[in-house]
Amino acid sequence: MDLPLERTVTDPVAGGLDADFTAGRGEFTLRLQLAVSPGRTVALLGPNGAGKSTALRVLTGLLRPYGGHVRLDGVLLEGGPVHLPPERRPVGVVWQDYRLFPNLSALDNVAFGLRTRGADKGASRERAAFWLDRMGLTEHAKKKPAALSGGQAQRVALARALAPEPKLLLLDEPLAALDARTRLDVRTNLRRHLAEFGGATVLVTHDPLDAMVLATDVVVLEDGRAVQRGPVAEVARRPQTDYVARLVGLNLYRGKADDGGVRLADGTFISAPIADLGAVAGDDVMVAFPPAAVSVFTHRPVGSPRNVFAARITDMELHAGSVRLHLRGSLDVLADVTAGAVADLGLIPGREVWATVKATETSVYPA
Amino acid sequence: MTTDTAYVGAGSADRAVRPPRPPRERSGIPPILLLPALIGLSFLLLPMIGLLVRAPWTTLDDELRDPLVREALKLSLYTATMSTLISLVLGVPIAVVLAQGRFRGRGLIRALVTVPLVLPPVVGGVALLTALGRKGVVGERIYDWTGYSLPFTTNAVIVAETFVAMPFLIIAVEGALRGADTRFTEAAATLGATRWYTFRRVTLPQVMPGVAAGAVLCWARALGEFGATVTFAGSLEGKTMVMPSAVYRTLERGDPNAAIVLSLVLMGVSILVLASLRERWISPSSAR
Repeated sequence: MDLPLERTVTDPVAGGLDADFTAGRGEFTLRLQLAVSPGRTVALLGPNGAGKSTALRVLTGLLRPYGGHVRLDGVLLEGGPVHLPPERRPVGVVWQDYRLFPNLSALDNVAFGLRTRGADKGASRERAAFWLDRMGLTEHAKKKPAALSGGQAQRVALARALAPEPKLLLLDEPLAALDARTRLDVRTNLRRHLAEFGGATVLVTHDPLDAMVLATDVVVLEDGRAVQRGPVAEVARRPQTDYVARLVGLNLYRGKADDGGVRLADGTFISAPIADLGAVAGDDVMVAFPPAAVSVFTHRPVGSPRNVFAARITDMELHAGSVRLHLRGSLDVLADVTAGAVADLGLIPGREVWATVKATETSVYPA
Repeated sequence: MTTDTAYVGAGSADRAVRPPRPPRERSGIPPILLLPALIGLSFLLLPMIGLLVRAPWTTLDDELRDPLVREALKLSLYTATMSTLISLVLGVPIAVVLAQGRFRGRGLIRALVTVPLVLPPVVGGVALLTALGRKGVVGERIYDWTGYSLPFTTNAVIVAETFVAMPFLIIAVEGALRGADTRFTEAAATLGATRWYTFRRVTLPQVMPGVAAGAVLCWARALGEFGATVTFAGSLEGKTMVMPSAVYRTLERGDPNAAIVLSLVLMGVSILVLASLRERWISPSSAR
């Protein structure tokens, strides 16, 4: 297709992460090229077994690759005879299961990475207290991890990873262990801290929504290979394989909370279950719905209280069992319809149609 | 529809369909084994009951004040504690090497470490004499250079007890280390911790219950040590005569009351140890 597979986000960068390696365990082999500029977040997106955790272990130094190199801010961490052990890499990790030390308080967990780098007890605790304060956890500083909620533990883990000021931050499925409600809070919190973090970030996730909300670029992994890479919006709109289409197919918009829905910058209104979020009118939010939730009509549907958008079909792609329509209009929408519907309705590029989405099919997130 | 009909047909319509009460589970013990089991149990319990029955309860206080008993008690507590400390300092590192080392011959080392567990203690005493005695392989050198002779001193008691008891600690700590979670070790490494720092602040706190259990076992074994101690250190009152030796001596001298009192103390300690370890060692459901 039109995007060369190994290019988009891989131009040589002065700082940040520059990795190109082959690694594996047993039968499995991962071949990955990855470049992340300082201040950017790249999501490694893929299902279980795609090679995400192998990539993570190589970047941390816990697993030696078969070959290739890993460079961070121009310093060679891995390559040829060079193998910098994990404890000497300026890399912070937020583990999926947090891995907070159970015998240490939240404060001492955060202080851990400062003490190992030579700070004395008082100074490192002071610094750790500052980080806990940034996470809004000051009152929980003395608690042991077992006494923290999932969301609190996640924030302690983030503070612990950020406190030593790493040059590379690795997030391993940062939201996977949380329930739906906590997920919203934590995702918002993560977004804020990633925006303030000056280093490169690699986010490992199987959840396309996490990738889209948290990352600037995405690399889709499948069976140890990168099958597509590019800016998040680009990959979502132009999936190059059926697999990527299924994985990242998502309509995602940014706007402000309004009465009963979300108001986009151009004035378009999407009715959505905004009340569930507890957002106040004017809050920045994101609204998302899958292409399969979009219905397409050739005549304006009447009498149903849902989102209706006039649009023109600009493109059509066949994906395993369904046809993905690219619609352009008051709202740019991806819609998955059956091949039968395409034939019955005579859908062809250039045709004017109405796209509808039920408010209940949409999800709203804090932005 | 059809399923409803099937239900009505199968059971009565007016009563809730309930599965029949399962028959009481038959115990699987063949009756012929019950008698020997009973005899065996009495055999195990009877000596302890005998000890309790014959104990001089009225004069217990005086017996405990007997200088020989008091000296033996003091010496036993001191030597058992010292040998436990030495076992901790030397045994924990051995456990780490066995649990985390990746080298050939690890199985052989583990086998050698556990030999003192099955070796008759008196053989251990003889072995210690041949190694550390005044004419021993190493002991002779030490004597030639420094004039120091280890056997038949209080230190010899500690050495003998350590030789016999340390394997208990090693096995317990190694087990705990094997069960320890390496995820935390990895997390510590990515936070800049050296292996030594990780061991002190992450691994050791995690295996502390195992270390404590091992230390208690080790201490109890050292406290009860007789064979190796008597062979290597003798039985000199106030110097090397620990409680088990004192039990033997007092019995020999025709003073069963003192022997019974000392035995009671040792039995009490054993029961305490058992109680403190019950969660780890006794209950089959929590055995790991």
